[in-house]
Amino acid sequence: MNVYMDNGAARSVDPRVLEEMMPYFSDKYGNPSSFHGKGFDAQGAMKEARERVASLIGAESSEIIFTSSATESNNLGIFGAMRRYKKKGNRIVISKIEHISIMNIVKGLNREGFETEYIPVDDQGIIELGELDELINDETILVSVMAANGEIGTIQPIKKVADAAHEHGALFHTDATAAAGQMSIDVSDTSIDLMSLSSNDLYGPKGVGALYMRKGVRVRPMMLGGGQENGLRSGSENIPGMVGMGKAAELVLKEMKVESERLTGLRDTLIKGLVETIPESYLNGHPTERLPNNANVRFSYIEGESLILSLDQLGIQVSSGSACTAKTLEPSHVLRALGLKHEEAHGSLVFTLGRDNSKEHVEYLIQQMPDVVSRLRVMSPLTPEELR
Amino acid sequence: MMYSETVLDHFRNPRNVGEIEDADGVGTVGNPVCGDMMSVYIKVEDDKIADIKFRTFGCGAAIATTSMTTELAKGKTLDEAMEITRKDVADELGGLPPVKMHCSNLAADALHEAIEDYRKKKGE
Repeated sequence: MNVYMDNGAARSVDPRVLEEMMPYFSDKYGNPSSFHGKGFDAQGAMKEARERVASLIGAESSEIIFTSSATESNNLGIFGAMRRYKKKGNRIVISKIEHISIMNIVKGLNREGFETEYIPVDDQGIIELGELDELINDETILVSVMAANGEIGTIQPIKKVADAAHEHGALFHTDATAAAGQMSIDVSDTSIDLMSLSSNDLYGPKGVGALYMRKGVRVRPMMLGGGQENGLRSGSENIPGMVGMGKAAELVLKEMKVESERLTGLRDTLIKGLVETIPESYLNGHPTERLPNNANVRFSYIEGESLILSLDQLGIQVSSGSACTAKTLEPSHVLRALGLKHEEAHGSLVFTLGRDNSKEHVEYLIQQMPDVVSRLRVMSPLTPEELR
Repeated sequence: MMYSETVLDHFRNPRNVGEIEDADGVGTVGNPVCGDMMSVYIKVEDDKIADIKFRTFGCGAAIATTSMTTELAKGKTLDEAMEITRKDVADELGGLPPVKMHCSNLAADALHEAIEDYRKKKGE
């Protein structure tokens, strides 16, 4: 059996999405800037794609800028707004558990003379709302807090953060990469000013993302050239990619309610099945304020990469917050922010479920996991005798 | 990042796992904070490593390198075993990904510590 539970890292492209994209590689390859039939076809496709992405988040299509990835959207939204509104102050406020792209963007901003304040999180990964008053002030240009964390699954009270930002005249950006398609996010309900989205997380193609930018908000472009995407993202448009993201957004919006309920059921079975049968295993993140597709479980005395390798042998693909699978040697900053010790963070696994996962997959995992854990625990010098 | 077939083999079927209760020497290197920790236990007879076992906490490379180190050391004289380097272990495994060379390839050090421990106990 092959059980892929690493949908946070990469997803398959929905066959209906792929089908919709195909003609834009072969027949309808025009450039939307061209003033002829092929160009008009491309223009029409782009317009529809923009509308579909806008519908997913309750936005208007003029508020959607296509990019190459959520990382690019984060760069354009955050760098772009900070540089554009420099006169207002010099501060950006983000949570301690933002995606690595945002952690590195603020380092870049700090080199430009901006200052960053970090909002701490509690031991289940929810940001400390009580700290907002202290951290956000009139010097704050932008506050960025993710809608939900892709690693530990915790959903953030972003509406409250947006309100706190607006009280000080600051903009609010949210990275909705992990959340979009899993839960409904409406930009008008939540007063979001900027939001980053990824296509692949919606079962669309890789290499496409979008930035939502509320009407009236301005950013400095990062990519200069022919003035595509309203001058904010130059470069000939990736029409097949946009079409794919648009179709993916449309499908995910239609199917989200049923699919999220199904995944929540699988998720809870998975968490219960692991935590209750394997001694000294614990859930990371919040038990209920969590993405329907995310389970993050920590196993004491063993290390994540060796767990991943062992599971891969059994046809189960998962991910970890462990140092050893990353390019750096530090364990996940997200797990550290929860207050976990290095050695605890090392033994965590991330299971991100997707459309292809079934009850049988979860049962197979629950059945295999105890042996995998105990084999590694037998080898580990840290394991107490009673667990060997 | 990919592991060689030999690394995977030693990860899947590690040689000499365990602990020697009345070991003549024990060496432990690394620590759980950095994610890798290994203990090597030796039994010495006629100045040779008669038996060797290990326990490792860590990634695939950490487990494979310790397993390989015990294989290389078994039956060798103590002086020969002291000559085994981290590079020897990595070479025997068909190479290691660069990021693993320093953090996870500590088993030779654990072996040397175990030998030194034995020699110290013997009063050499």
